[in-house]
Parts: sequence; structure tokens; C-alpha cells
Amino acid sequence: MFQSFVNWMDLIGPRLYRAFIEGDRWKLYLQGLGTTLELTVIALIFGVLLGLIVAVVRSAHDQQRIGRRNPVLGILNALCQIYTTVIRGTPMLVQLFIWTFVIFPSQRNKVLVAFIGLGVNSGAYVAEIIRGGLMSVDAGQSEAGRSLGLNYFDTMRFIIIPQAFKAILPSLGNEFITLFKDTSLAQAIGGAEMLYYASTIGGRTFDYMPPLLGIAAMYLSVVIVFTWLQGKLERRLRESDRR
Amino acid sequence: MIDVKNLSKSFGDHLVLDNISEHIFPGEKVVIIGPSGSGKSTFLRCLNLLETPTGGSITFQGTEITDPKVKIDQIRQQMGMVFQHFNLFPNMTIRKNITLAPVRTGLMKQEEADQTAKTLLQRVGLEDKAEAYPNQLSGGQKQRIAIVRALAMKPKVMLFDEPTSALDPEMVGEVLDVMKELAREGMTMVVVTHEMGFAREVGSRVLFMDGGHIIEQNEPVEFFAHPKSERLKSFLEKVL
Repeated sequence: MFQSFVNWMDLIGPRLYRAFIEGDRWKLYLQGLGTTLELTVIALIFGVLLGLIVAVVRSAHDQQRIGRRNPVLGILNALCQIYTTVIRGTPMLVQLFIWTFVIFPSQRNKVLVAFIGLGVNSGAYVAEIIRGGLMSVDAGQSEAGRSLGLNYFDTMRFIIIPQAFKAILPSLGNEFITLFKDTSLAQAIGGAEMLYYASTIGGRTFDYMPPLLGIAAMYLSVVIVFTWLQGKLERRLRESDRR
Repeated sequence: MIDVKNLSKSFGDHLVLDNISEHIFPGEKVVIIGPSGSGKSTFLRCLNLLETPTGGSITFQGTEITDPKVKIDQIRQQMGMVFQHFNLFPNMTIRKNITLAPVRTGLMKQEEADQTAKTLLQRVGLEDKAEAYPNQLSGGQKQRIAIVRALAMKPKVMLFDEPTSALDPEMVGEVLDVMKELAREGMTMVVVTHEMGFAREVGSRVLFMDGGHIIEQNEPVEFFAHPKSERLKSFLEKVL
């Protein structure tokens, strides 16, 4: 039993050493993790801003009074609809390739391109999440706000959006997790994130298993920690309901 | 004060209000009764354009509010509205519920609005609830707050959309008391309700609506004692 463990360590030990320790390679993984987290957070912030704008435009358009439709809003709404349809209807990897090779072919900073690609992609999903949240707030709330003479944007800002936030949070957390994992696609366009370093190291040492399992474990740990944090935040928000 | 001319409203093919003309004078307390689906709530909601009329015009203090160029937010600031389901903002304290609109529309500074809220809450006996949240209150309390919230905008007319219909019976009285006091102070009121006692006691005029028309109207004593149309007679027999 013990002997077989020693044998196994003899076999696996040098592989682990080459993958993680030799030449301070563990630093590369951490560097990759940093880029991955950066990509996730910035793309999500970008996505949430974009999504909020799209969601507000679309629900503002839908709530207009008949016979008083604003033509500018009509055009904006059409643009938003095209945006969500195209982005949600095409694969993320194809979009990243289009950003890299068609739209910004001379941009050397591939992480920057990945920011844009991921952010624009996530915006379309977040827009639908936020729109769902806005629609989940009782129509009486916006009627009450408007009947007091508040304008549309004040009603949204002070009454509807804060209430929608609670409904949005779980789906937004899921979007964060999806986005976090999707950042690995940036590897395909040469963005130096976790998978990029892992496959580079795998190639250099002719041994892919340890680096790939290693980063899989890293992805998993971050998702587990984040899910736990999310649950905690949701419980706290629910507590305020029971005031 | 409010002049309604040939008002029509349809939802798709369904005609809810059919060519209604009516005038509401300053200081009047107009009570609208009728069976459900008669269009009385829709009529009330057209008055501050929560529903957009499909035909006709509404003029409020000389401004034709059905004109698309009118800034409707400014008109609504002068018309308070109270809803069946209160519609308090659950994410804010009572004080914030009351002061949000006066402050955001530039009617008052925050301190002045806070003071107004305090005075109004004292009037309805809820000054100790200023820092509470709506879901800590009973239905009757919520509706009294909703009335106060509308009053904080210093409206010229108050619209009530079945304000007691969602309340437990024992809480109806406390809300009606607030409305009666408001009536005594001379507020112009339009009230859609099923409370016949309130209509009789407070109303200066009672309208009976059915099928999108105002079938009959009169001052309350005559209205209830000698209904003229068959439709109103049978309605009153059922509800009284």
C-alpha cells in the first residue's frame, strides 16, 4: 500500500514539479488567474452598464402610451433588439474571432480585444436578465411613482430598479460564473489568461495533464467561493424583507 | 376644474368608456359607483392619464392634458391618486415614501419635506411610523400613508380608486375617516368606491356607471332614495 503510493509519487512527482515549480511556473498560473479575474470583472461591469442601457431603452419603449410613440426611442429599441438577437444567436468563440481578425486585426493587445468581446457578449445576456427583473416589479409601483408626478427616469431610479435588483441578483451571479469560465475562450485569440499559460506550459514540458487539472481546480475553487458569497448576500437581502 | 369631453377608451376591440362628458367643479366630492367592469376605474385613471384615452379630451384647470405636447408630469403633480392596493414603495421608509416626490420634483427641500411628512403623519396618527417600512404596517395604515403621500404634493384634486376594497373590514373605517376629514377641509375629490355609506355621507354628487356610460347622477339623498333608471334600481337593491 505504502510502497505503491511511493511508486506513484515517483511517477507523478517530477511531472508536478515540472508543471508547477520548475522555473517558478506557479507564478504564471497566478498571473493567468489575475488576468482571468480581471477579464471577468471588467467584462461584467461593461456588460451590466450596456445591459442596463439596453434594458431601460427596451422597457421604456414597451411602456410608451399608444399614439405617443417616440420615433427616436423606436430606432434605439430596434438597434437594441438587433444587438441582443445577433449576440445571443451566435457562438461566443465566433464573436471573439470576428473582433480579433475582422474588426481589430492590427490590435496587438489581445486581452483588450477579449475585454470588448466578452463585455459586448455579456451585455446582451445581462440586458435580458435586467429586463426580466424590471418587468417583475408590480406595475402599480410605477403607476404610483408616475401619479405623484415623478418622471420616467426618477421612477426607474428610485422605485423600480432598487426593487428589481433583488430579483436580478441570482441570475446576475450565474452570469458572472458563466463569464468567468468563458474567459478561457480568450486563449483562442492569444489572450494571456489561465488556459493560455496552462497550455503553453503543457506544450513546453510535453505534459498537459498536470497544468490542465491544475487550472480546472483553480476555476472550480473560484466558482465555489463565489457561489458561497452569493448565497450569503442573497440571505442578507432576504433578511431585509422580513424587517 | 376638470372638464371631460366625449371621452372614449377601448382596449383593443373592447370599448370600456363610450363617449363620456362630465365636469368636476372645485370643492366637489364626486363619488362614482357601479358594477365591476363598468369602466369606473378606467374613467378615473384617464383623469390623470394613467390610461391614455382613445378619443375625446380632458381639460384640467384650462390645460388640455390630452394634448400630446403637455408635460404630463407637471399635471400629475397637482393630482393626487390613491390606489386600491396602496402601492407604497417597499424599498423605502415611510418618510422617504412621502418625501421622495416633493423633493425630486423640486417642490420642496428635503428638510421642508420631512417637516411636511411629520405634520401629515401626525394628522393621521402615524407619526411614530416615519422610519418604519411599508411591510411592517397593516393595510389600513398603509392606505392612510398612501393618502398622506399623495397629499404631500399639495394636490388640487385627489383621485381615489377603490381605496377600501383591499382592506380587512375592520380597517375600512380608519381610512374613510381620513377621507372624510379631507372632504371637510374642502379638497376636490373623485372617489370610485363600493362604500355606499361613504357616498351618501360625503358625496356632493354620485355618479352611477355601467357599460362605459354614466347612466344616472344626482345629489346623494335623492340618488339613493329615488333612483330613476331600472339599471340603478336593480344595482342598489343588490348592494344595499
